[in-house]
Formats: sequence, structure tokens, C-alpha cells
Amino acid sequence: MNQESILKVENLSVTIDREEILKDISFTVMPGDVVALIGPNGAGKTVLLKSLLGLLPYRGGVHWSPEAKIGYVPQRYNIGKSVPFTVREFFLLHERSFLFSGGKADGKIIESLALVDMPPKTLGERLGHLSGGELQRVLIAWALYQRPNIILFDEPTAGIDVSGEQTIYNLLHSLQDRFGITIILVSHELNVVFRYATQVLCLNKSLICSGEPQAVLTPEQLQKLYGEPTHYHHLHETEGSAANPNKIN
Amino acid sequence: MEFLASNISLSLAAGLATAMAAGALGVFMVLKNMSLVSDALSHVALPGVALGILLGINPFFGAFAFLFAAVFFILAIEKRTNLPIDAIVGVLFTASLAAGILLTPEPELLEALFGDFTNISVVGAALTALLSLAVVIGLILISRQLMFTIVAPDLGRVAKLHTKSSYLLFLIMLALVVALGIKFVGTLLMGTLTIIPAAAAKNVARTFYQFGIISILFAALSVILGTAAAYYTGILAGPAVILSGVLIFLCTLVFKRS
Repeated sequence: MNQESILKVENLSVTIDREEILKDISFTVMPGDVVALIGPNGAGKTVLLKSLLGLLPYRGGVHWSPEAKIGYVPQRYNIGKSVPFTVREFFLLHERSFLFSGGKADGKIIESLALVDMPPKTLGERLGHLSGGELQRVLIAWALYQRPNIILFDEPTAGIDVSGEQTIYNLLHSLQDRFGITIILVSHELNVVFRYATQVLCLNKSLICSGEPQAVLTPEQLQKLYGEPTHYHHLHETEGSAANPNKIN
Repeated sequence: MEFLASNISLSLAAGLATAMAAGALGVFMVLKNMSLVSDALSHVALPGVALGILLGINPFFGAFAFLFAAVFFILAIEKRTNLPIDAIVGVLFTASLAAGILLTPEPELLEALFGDFTNISVVGAALTALLSLAVVIGLILISRQLMFTIVAPDLGRVAKLHTKSSYLLFLIMLALVVALGIKFVGTLLMGTLTIIPAAAAKNVARTFYQFGIISILFAALSVILGTAAAYYTGILAGPAVILSGVLIFLCTLVFKRS
């Protein structure tokens, strides 16, 4: 294993219910990288992230550097509006003493919330009362609470309006700038991938292509990946339309 | 109060302890949307109670054995999420209720179905209270893992917590408390005792911490009100306890937050 890499994946394959979801995936992530996973619906992007986290059984090798401290922001997060569970209590899940921490952790929670521009008063709010964008920020702050050096984001902007998406990406970018956190993210926003990613992995069961965005995000490669002509410049114009092949759920 | 000084105070103390444990369990049942599962689960106890009576052993053990088996049945269904759990639990557990009714000797049927506060031994009451207390403490200890399984199972596993074993432990505690509570409110209504106080508490609690405390207090209040009503009017205590809980629930609707 390369001494400098934070993650090295070798011939990773995942089979679920006898269906091969991922086949022979290999790549290396260096500290400070921003790796974007792109690919059509059902390409196995979420499955790949979950395999890296050890949430799904896989064949092949996933080698994390001993220095890696992993944070994870999941794609979906369901909590009912009526559930009495506050943002503070959600963060206290990090603490062994949970509800009996007696305010000790408040300072650290407020610090984490500040990283994502959320005010301290958010502490007392119910998770279920947050808007989609606020919840996304809280989830990111939650992942940052233990001060990870690598973060895995599963579609950081799923279910958020376009202006919200911009801020989430700005936020990711600033975290990357300030702390040099390594980021692996699933994204359907090819514009953003083009701007921020240092490495792109095109996934459709197997690794179709990988490399720097300038090299990978060519019309030919994208057609190969998505199966029809696509160009990243057109994405924002067709945002939300059913015809958009890149809108991945 | 007069009824507290009577010979049923022992039963009342044990019933209170069981109800409070049920109130604590109910918090997680309600959050996991398992209200109906819990209700149906208690019906499984009836064939166990019947077998206990027929074999001449303490019906508690029969009930617990059947509930314990039912818990693993629930786990097995949950693993295969493509099956509609509501329908299967509803059909199978109601079938076991029907079988239990046919099996139970008629003189004991009313007590098995609706409970009886009045004849509990000192040892029985003490054991019931101790086990209930153990469940409350156990729940507090695994509350973090349980909340992970409810609000963010993947995050819990990334944090390397044993969320699966805590859920199993939770279901076993549920089986235990339902088996204990059958003595007081009967197989038909015991499941409800785990749900109503928690459902009422959810209406008024602002935080999870309050949710737990209020649910336990509402459960205790239901037992006190229900037992008092039974004592003064001569009605069956089990249904009176449940109806007291329903009354509390209706009151909380007034304060319900959106």
C-alpha cells in the first residue's frame, strides 16, 4: 500500500441478492483530494460509499490509512416532524454518556454548528423542524463533530433547491480550503464537479473512467457513461426536468 | 387515600413498576412505528398463559416463552423488509389469541384476558418490581444505541456501535415487561400499556429527554387513576388503567405541538 494514500481500493466487487452491483473497482485517494463519484441511476455510487464504510459486504480490498478519521454524511435521513428529538440530542449521540452529558458537550456542538454557519440557538430546535437545507448543514456539522480528516458525502445536495445547493458546495469548498479535509462525494452536478473535484470516478457497475475533471468530463466519456449525449454545460438549464439523464436519485 | 392502605397496595406497587418500565419501552416503540406490533405482540402471550395453567406452572413463564419466540419472529420478518410486517404480525398474533382463548380453561379466561390485580404474593410483587427496575436501567444504558438504530442506523454502524444487539436486547426487555404486565392488565390490553403513555408523552414533550420522563410518569398516573377507579367502583382494574391512559392521551391532544 502506498504510504501516502489515505485510501486504497483494490478490485472491489459487491454482489447484492446475486446481482453484481460493483465490479473490480480500484482507485487511490491522496490526502487533500476531492474525489467526485458520478454515474447514472443505479450505477452503484451509494453502494460504493457504503462498502468503503464497511456497511455492506464486499470482495476485494479497502485499505484505509491508520491516520484516517472518517466522517459520513448519508444521502437520506428520515425523521418525522413530530419526533421530540433536538439538534443537541442528535449531537449527543457522539457522547458515551448521551443524554446525561449535562451540557458539557454544548461548546463543542456550537463550534461544529458554526463551521456550517448555523447559529447556537439551533441546539434547542427539533431535527424534524429543520428545512432540507438546514438539516443538510446539521448533518455535515454532525460529521465534523469528531474532527475527521476525510469526509464521505452521499449526494450532498439531494432534495435541496438550487440556491441551497450552491451554498452547500461553497461550504464544502471552504472546509476543504480551511482544513485540507479529504472529500469523497457522490454528485450529479457536473458543473460543480468540474470546478471543485481533483479526481473524478465515473461509475456504472465498473469504473468507466477516472482522472482529472478536464480529462474525464468530455462529451465522449459522458456519452459512454450515461448512454446518451450529455454535456455538463447544459445541466443547469435542464435542472429538474425529467429529460435530464444526470439527475440521480 | 383509603385504597392505598388496603391489601392491594402491594399489587399496586408492582403494577406501578411494570407500567413505568412499559412507559419507558413505549418511547422507542412509538419512535420505531411499532405501536401495532406491540399491541399484537401481547396477544401471543395467551397460549403461553393457557399452557402454564394446563401444566400447573406459573403462567408468567408460559407467557414469557411465547413472547420470547415472537420477538425472534419479529426480527426475522424485519430482516426481510419486502414482507408487509403489519399484515403478518396482525394475522399470526391474532390467530394465537384465538388459539389461546380455546386453550385457556374457562374459569381463568377472564383473568388471562384482562388481568387481576388482587392476588399477587409478596415475593411475586418484589420480583416484578425488581425486574421492571432492571428494564428501566437497562433501557437508559442502551438508549444511545437504540436512538442510533431509530434516527440514523448507518451513522451508528460507522461509529462502530453494536446497534443490532441493543435492538435484540430491547425486544427481549419488551417481552419481559409484557409478560410481567399481563398479571395486571391481561393479554388483551398489555401491549396498549406500552403505547398509550408514550403516545401521550410525544404530544407534549419538546426533547427526547422529556419524552422519556413524561412517558414514564403518564404510565404511573394511568395505573394510579385506574386502580383508584377500580377500587371505588368495583370495575375491572385492567381496562380501567387502559382507559385512564386514554383519558391522559386525550388531554395531551389539547397541548399538542405541530
